[in-house]
Amino acid sequence: MAEPVKLIGTFGSPFVHRAEVALRLKGVPYELILEDLTNKSELLLRHNPIHKSVPVLLHGDRPAICESLLIVEYIDEAFDGPPLLPIDPYDRAMARFWAQFIEQKCAKPFWMALWLNDGDKREVFVKEAKENMALLESRLHGKRFFAGDTVGYLDFAACGLALVLGVLAEVTGLSLVGEDEFPLLRRWADDYTSEETVKACLPPREQLVAHFSGKKDRIKLAVNAMACQM
Amino acid sequence: MDHQQEKVQLFGMWASPYVYKVKWALSIKGVEYEYVEEDLWNKSRQLLKHNPVHKKVPVLVYNGKPVAESDVIVQFIDDVWKGHGGRILPEEPHERAMARFWARFVPDKLSPPIWKWFTTAGGEEQDAAHDAAMEQLRVLEEELAHGGNEFFAGDSVGLVDLSLGALAYVIPMYEEIIGERLVIEERFPSLYAWMGRFLAAPPVKDHLPPMEELKLRFRAIREYFVKNA
Repeated sequence: MAEPVKLIGTFGSPFVHRAEVALRLKGVPYELILEDLTNKSELLLRHNPIHKSVPVLLHGDRPAICESLLIVEYIDEAFDGPPLLPIDPYDRAMARFWAQFIEQKCAKPFWMALWLNDGDKREVFVKEAKENMALLESRLHGKRFFAGDTVGYLDFAACGLALVLGVLAEVTGLSLVGEDEFPLLRRWADDYTSEETVKACLPPREQLVAHFSGKKDRIKLAVNAMACQM
Repeated sequence: MDHQQEKVQLFGMWASPYVYKVKWALSIKGVEYEYVEEDLWNKSRQLLKHNPVHKKVPVLVYNGKPVAESDVIVQFIDDVWKGHGGRILPEEPHERAMARFWARFVPDKLSPPIWKWFTTAGGEEQDAAHDAAMEQLRVLEEELAHGGNEFFAGDSVGLVDLSLGALAYVIPMYEEIIGERLVIEERFPSLYAWMGRFLAAPPVKDHLPPMEELKLRFRAIREYFVKNA
């Protein structure tokens, strides 16, 4: 009998989403435990004492696995099913390279740009984010998804961008990306969020909009405080 | 995989710890390669062609195909030369996940306070950085001691050791330059012993940077930060 799989997560998190979609693509049943990150459970703190963040994967009795992209790689290696990462070593290296790029060079500047009060500072981040988005856009030439014809590791890594381009743009009222800008990325965001397995573990758009609208002030406070220290 | 016809180049810089991480990985696998030293103030056209995104070293070029970012390169090396030389990542999926986790701990959690400690002139701010570094070292010490092995994942140098590796020679240099200890044997017995073991390990010992030159470089860096505090 298969060992139970538990995923500790929180509503609306693209990081948690990465782990969920990976489990579903592999056909692995799991129990999703939703956390309120303003009131972290003993379970979460016990299993992720270093980062105290979600997602956390618990597979049977094994020590917890933390960090979303590491979790995705683990799921790929520990369970049978369609491969989530490319098979070829060079293609695999490229997937990891671009996932790292997204995490370090795209996600953060866009996040900052969405929530900063200071217009000038925001412009700096927007400029940086767009330069990097252009590089990502070029990776989609001739491809439906970053991973090819079907979704894979790099698409999961980029899922936060889909959130940024869609839901968060609506919540903040800020259209950081013009209608004519990044057509391939926009198309990718639509294709990704409507893909069958992805859709099954994505909350409906209205729920996400409501959720982030509710958190708006808290996020703004935290981001603007962080910006002062930079 | 046929390794007969392959061509491997490594673009690097003599003082970069990330370049050494790749050199050690290549050494573990017994890979022959051509090393190209870059002047980072005057980057070659080749480097810019191979790493247009970050324009940094190290870059590994395998049969004309470039791979950048040291963590990505090391895993690539482990994949391509699977079955040759030593293992960089363990075999079992959960152990692999743990290795990747602890390998990331070093740049994410440990290196920043150490760098802060080294580049802060003095006073409370520097003390705070020192304490923060000690706290992260304690976490790593516990992990290493808990494993009970010579190296983080077993008897030979692996992914986590490679990630931490440069600190084995960098920390003692920082300690000497600042005049303050960080990895004290009594406080961190496993890490202290690991440092000596790592520097003497076969894939590492003949691939270390010129220490005196590196020390001079670090002294200059510290002077710059102290002066501009």
